[in-house]
Amino acid sequence: MGKLLVEDKTIVTPGEELAEGMDFLPAEGTFRDKDKIISSRLGLININGRVIKTIPVAGRYTPKKEDTIIAKVTNILMSGWILDIDSAYSAMLSVKETRDFIRRDADLTRYYNIGDYIVTDIVMVTSQKLIDASMKGLGTRKLIGGRIVKVNPHKVPRIIGKKGSMVSMIKNATGCNIIVGQNGLVWINGSPENEIIVVKIIRKIEQEAHISGLTDRIKTFLEKETNKKISIQKVE
Amino acid sequence: MAYTKRNDGRKFDETRPIEAKAGVIKRADGSAYFKIGKTAAYVAVYGPREIHPKFLQNPRNGKLRCYYNMMPFSSMGNRVRPGANRRAKEIAMVTEKALLPVVDLTEFPNSVVDVFIELPQTDAGTRCAGICAASMALADAGIPMKGMVAAVSMGRVDDKLVVDLDYSEESYEKGTVADIPIAIVSNTQEVSLLQMDGELSRDELKQAIEIVKKSCSKIDKIQRNALKERYEVKNE
Repeated sequence: MGKLLVEDKTIVTPGEELAEGMDFLPAEGTFRDKDKIISSRLGLININGRVIKTIPVAGRYTPKKEDTIIAKVTNILMSGWILDIDSAYSAMLSVKETRDFIRRDADLTRYYNIGDYIVTDIVMVTSQKLIDASMKGLGTRKLIGGRIVKVNPHKVPRIIGKKGSMVSMIKNATGCNIIVGQNGLVWINGSPENEIIVVKIIRKIEQEAHISGLTDRIKTFLEKETNKKISIQKVE
Repeated sequence: MAYTKRNDGRKFDETRPIEAKAGVIKRADGSAYFKIGKTAAYVAVYGPREIHPKFLQNPRNGKLRCYYNMMPFSSMGNRVRPGANRRAKEIAMVTEKALLPVVDLTEFPNSVVDVFIELPQTDAGTRCAGICAASMALADAGIPMKGMVAAVSMGRVDDKLVVDLDYSEESYEKGTVADIPIAIVSNTQEVSLLQMDGELSRDELKQAIEIVKKSCSKIDKIQRNALKERYEVKNE
């Protein structure tokens, strides 16, 4: 009885009608107005059975629990650090959430100083958007050397690829160390020439993320840039 | 003497040629360009981000903050002094109120979305052009919205109801002129801005709103197409 008004994977604008009738269910980025489902954001339509959602293509990072992000230390308090996580809110890293034992009177700049970049986990987000970060998880650390690139946080899944296929392909081809934060900050460490290649590739992925056949295009681009043959590992 | 033919040869219910583009300012979170005839508006949207001064924070809702600025040599005669003046502040306020019914910032408590409207070239109808561009820029910034807003000025020149007045019509000397900028919310057809300079009878106003609704639905299509164009799949 319900009627779809748009096709799957098309771009919709806010306020566009997506479906009629009560058979469909509104999910993220959509809302119901009487018997119609309407998009509330600019994004790609995703129809999964009866559930309709819009995957946003733009917008700032919204912090989520258990995300691993790259953050910048912006301030030091008595009990911890304030982190800039490139979202609308800043995060708090408490002294208790570090791996080391830190004495009450210790100089906190010895651990993380203002301006340092760290890889950290988000452990809690309240309704008022107070964000707690932790350095206890796996892979969390301070970043030394390398360079930081900011990308659209909604393109992060494309940069990582299916089960990390894209990022491991870039890592293998260039020999760079890459960490991708869920908030759209990417840390690259390697030889300067290779770092520049990685930056170029990341920008290319960011621009062409919504066009199909991305992996093949990135592969040929990588081969051209590095003059090496690359084999794509199949992930099952 | 009656106003039988428009100064630039348009039909009475015809707007000036419109040009719209999204994503024109690289460093902004969202941006748009909207040109109607000789009036052009650039809008940059930043945020949601932390609000300063902090007493403006609202723990229940995010805040929308608009700025309106005419560039020094944008008008026809003298240099416009840049920066806020009484007129600019008022227009910024009505723009904010015109956009507020569609923008949904409940997800971003204690934060602000800044909208900067810059007018490099003006020929009447600047607040309408600004609202059209701002609505596009907000969507481009990935802000949750219930719909989009389109605006156009409507008026009476001597004895004729005309849509989208230019400066020569606004300053028509052979008869009286009324000028009414109107903003319409796309989905609900609600009026979110209506200001009136000059006099208009009750019937004329009713008629005027009906004509504006038609023009605004055309503008709405142009806005949406411009947003979609940015993410369209280009065949190489």
